[in-house]
Amino acid sequence: MRREIRLSGYGGQGLILAGIILAEAAMHDGHEVVQSQSYGPEARGGASRAEVIISDEPIDYPKVTNPDVLLLMSDQACKRFAGSACQGGTVIVDSGLITSIPETSGVVYKFPITDIAVEATGRSISANVAALGVLNTVAKLVSPESLKNAVSSRVPRGTAEVNLAALRAGIAAAEAAGAER
Amino acid sequence: MPGHNGRDLRLLQGNECCAEAAILAGCRFFAGYPITPSTEIAELLSEKLPQVGGKFIQMEDEIASMAAVIGASLTGAKSMTATSGPGFSLKQENIGFASFTEVPCVIVNVQRTGPSTGLPTAPAQADLMQARWGTHGDHPIVALYPSTVPEVFDLTIKAFNIAEQLRVPVILLMDEVVGHMREKVAIPHQSEIEIVSRPQPDVPPEEYLPYAAGPDGVPPMAPFGTGYRWHVTGLYHDETGFPTTAAPKVDRLMKRLYSKIESAADEITFTSDEFLDDADTVVVACGITARSARRSVRLAREKGIRAGMVQLKTIWPFPYDLVGDIAGRVDRIIVPEMNMGQLIGEVERAAKGRCEVVGYSRVDGEPIAPAEIVAKIEEV
Amino acid sequence: MAVPIDDYLRTQFMPHIWCPGCGHGIILGAVLRAIGRLDLPKDEVCIVSGIGCASRAPGYLDFNTVHTTHGRALAFATGIKIARPDLHVIVLTGDGDAAAIGGNHLIHAARRNVGLTTVMFNNSIYGMTNGQYSPMTPRGRYASTAPYGNVERNFDMCELVRAAGGNYVARATTAHARQLSNYVENAIQTPGFAFVEAVTQCPTYFGRRNKMGTPVDMIEWFRKNSINAAAAAKLDPADLDGKIIIGEFYRGDAPEYTEVYDEVIERAKEAAAR
Repeated sequence: MRREIRLSGYGGQGLILAGIILAEAAMHDGHEVVQSQSYGPEARGGASRAEVIISDEPIDYPKVTNPDVLLLMSDQACKRFAGSACQGGTVIVDSGLITSIPETSGVVYKFPITDIAVEATGRSISANVAALGVLNTVAKLVSPESLKNAVSSRVPRGTAEVNLAALRAGIAAAEAAGAER
Repeated sequence: MPGHNGRDLRLLQGNECCAEAAILAGCRFFAGYPITPSTEIAELLSEKLPQVGGKFIQMEDEIASMAAVIGASLTGAKSMTATSGPGFSLKQENIGFASFTEVPCVIVNVQRTGPSTGLPTAPAQADLMQARWGTHGDHPIVALYPSTVPEVFDLTIKAFNIAEQLRVPVILLMDEVVGHMREKVAIPHQSEIEIVSRPQPDVPPEEYLPYAAGPDGVPPMAPFGTGYRWHVTGLYHDETGFPTTAAPKVDRLMKRLYSKIESAADEITFTSDEFLDDADTVVVACGITARSARRSVRLAREKGIRAGMVQLKTIWPFPYDLVGDIAGRVDRIIVPEMNMGQLIGEVERAAKGRCEVVGYSRVDGEPIAPAEIVAKIEEV
Repeated sequence: MAVPIDDYLRTQFMPHIWCPGCGHGIILGAVLRAIGRLDLPKDEVCIVSGIGCASRAPGYLDFNTVHTTHGRALAFATGIKIARPDLHVIVLTGDGDAAAIGGNHLIHAARRNVGLTTVMFNNSIYGMTNGQYSPMTPRGRYASTAPYGNVERNFDMCELVRAAGGNYVARATTAHARQLSNYVENAIQTPGFAFVEAVTQCPTYFGRRNKMGTPVDMIEWFRKNSINAAAAAKLDPADLDGKIIIGEFYRGDAPEYTEVYDEVIERAKEAAAR
C-alpha cells in the first residue's frame, strides 16, 4: 500500500525536518520510503512543503499527487493545498494559524498545533514535532516507538527532550479529541 | 541501524549519498564552489574528507575548482567536484583539458532549470547535451544518470571506477529532485565495494611513455612525485606526452581517445527496463523521468496497453545499439524529458526510422507526472 | 657559484620556440640556477604553467611538468600542492596569464597563502597572439590592439600580491639575472605563497612597436630605469614615473595553507573518533 503525506506551511517551521523524521520512522518500521521537499529562495518565511511517501513496494514515482494525509500550517499553504487531499483523506489543520479552510475532499481535523507546542515546551519551534504527534495519532502511519526514536536521532543535538515533550503533547491532544481513526 | 545483511541502513538525501559513496569509492580530494542545488555534496565532504585524511577546498570559482581537481588527480588522488548548470558551463574548458590529457576525475552536475540563472531550486534535464558537448572540440566523455538515491550510491562508485579505468572525466548527472530527496540506502561495507584504480606503469621511469596505451587504449598513469617525470599539455601530444604537430600523430591521438571509450562501451552501459518483451510502445527516459515512466507503463498495463520502458543510466556513450534494437521491434518510442528535446535526438539517431519516435517535453520546473506519459501512450 | 643547468633541461626539444632576443630564457636560467643551488631533487619539483609564451617553459624542463589552460596555472597548482604538500610547486606564468585572465586565482592563491612559488614573466604584452596590450602595458604604449597608445593604466602586481596576503614579494628584470635568481631561491624557500615578478623584453612585439631598439637596448633600458626599493622609498613618487622599482618588497611569516589544513585533518579525525 502506498500512502502519500504532504506537510505544508512556511519556511522556518521545520516541516522538512518533520518529513525527514516521519520518513526515517517509516524506514525503521521496514517500509520503503521517499522524502522530498520544495521551497522558495528564502531561508525563512516563504512557502515550504515536505512530502513523504510510505509504501510496502519499491516506490516508482516519488512525488506526491493526491495526499492521503495533508498537514496545513499556514493560510497560504491551506489555500494552495487544501484541495489536493484525496477523497476521504486526512487533513490536519493548525487551527491557531489558519483562519479559513477552503473546500477539501478530505476529512478535516483541527488542532491548535503551535499553541499545543508552546504550552508543552514554551517554544513554537517545536510545533513541527507536535504536528507529527497529532498526525501520526490520527493517521497511524508509523509505529509510535519508531517515531519517538526518529525524533531523538534527527532533531538538533541537545533538543531531544524538548522535542519529545512536544511529540507527547501532540499525541495527547489527538487522543483527547478522540481523533484516532 | 543494522539493516539488510548487516549493511548500514540509512535515510539519505541524494546529495549526501553521493558524498558518502565518493569517500567509499576512494575520493580523497574535492574542490568546489557553492551552487544550488549541489551544495550539500561540498558541505558533507568538507566534514568527511579530512576525517579520512582527504582534502577539501572551496575555490574562488568554478573554473578554479575544476583546475584544482585535475591538479590533485595528477598526484594520484581520486578527485571530484560538484556543481550545477551555470558552474558546469564554467568548468567546461578544463573538463576538455582533463579529457584530452586523460586525467581521471568525477564531475557531479545536479541539474537545475536554465539557461542562465533559471530556476535555481527547480529540476530540469537540460544539460544532457552540455554533458556531452560542453567543451570545444571532439573529446571522449562518460556520463551516468541515477534516478533514485540507491542508484546515486551505485553510480557514484561506478563513476570513480570508470574515470580511473579509462582515464576519462566522468559526469554524474543528477536531477535536483534526486539530489534533494531522501530514500533508504543500504550502505555496503567497504570490503563489498569493487574499487578500480588507474593503471600504473610496469616499466622503470626511463622507459615510461606516459601516453603509450595498452590494448585497451588506456595509457598507464604515474602519479607526480614518484620518480616518473612526465609532461602534461593541452596541446596535441604524442606517446612521449610532448607537443606534436605531426598529422598522423594528431589523428592517432584523437582516434585512440574515442576508441578507448567505444571498446569499453558494453562494460560502462547501464540500463534498466520493464515489460519490454511484448511491448509495442516503449518509453525511453532517464533520471527522475524514468521513475515516472516506470509508473506510467504499469498504469498502462492495468489498462491493457502493451507498454514497456527503458531507463538509461548511462547517457554517454549513448546506447545506440540497444535503443536501435528496441526500435526494430516496436511501433513507437516515447521520449519524455524535462527539456525541449535533447534525448529524443539520440533516440532518433538510434531508431533510424524503424519506428515512430514521439517526444514529450516539460519545461516548467516540475517533474513529469506518470499521468502525462500515460496520456501520451494512449494517444495513438 | 656556477650551477650547471643542462641537467634540468629537456635539451632534445631545443631550439625553443622563443624569439631571438626574448628575455624568457634569462628568467628560466635564473629559476633553474635557484633550483640548482637549493639542490632540489627533480622528482620533487613540479612546474605548472598556463598559456602564453612564458607558459611554454615547462615543456623544456625535466621535472613533473604541466602546461594547463589560459590563466588557470595557479588553480591547477593549488590542487597539486594541497594533494602533495611535499612537492615544490613552481608556477611559471606570463603577465596576460597571471594579471588578466588568471588575476582572481592569483589574488586567492596569495590570500590562502598556499606554498607555491610564482614567477611572472612580465613582458608587458601578449606575445603568443602577436602583441596585444596586457594589464602590464603602461599607459601610452603601443600594441596591436592599442594603435593610438594604450588607454589603460598598468597593474602593480607586487603591491597586489602583498595586499592579498602572500608571504614573499619581489621584482627584478632581465638586466638583473643574478638578483632575480636569488629572489627565486628565496621564494622557493618561503613557506607560503611567494611571488617574483620578472620584467622581461619582448623585442618582437613590444620592442618593435614601441621603438625600443635591439634586445640589448631593451635590457639596457631596464638597467637604466630600474631603481632599488630602498632608494625609491626616499624619492618623491613623481620622480618614480616610468621607473621599474626592483627589490624584495615583503617577507611575511603567515602560516602556510597546507600546514593549517593538516591541523584541520587532526581535528576532523578527533571529531570522527568521538
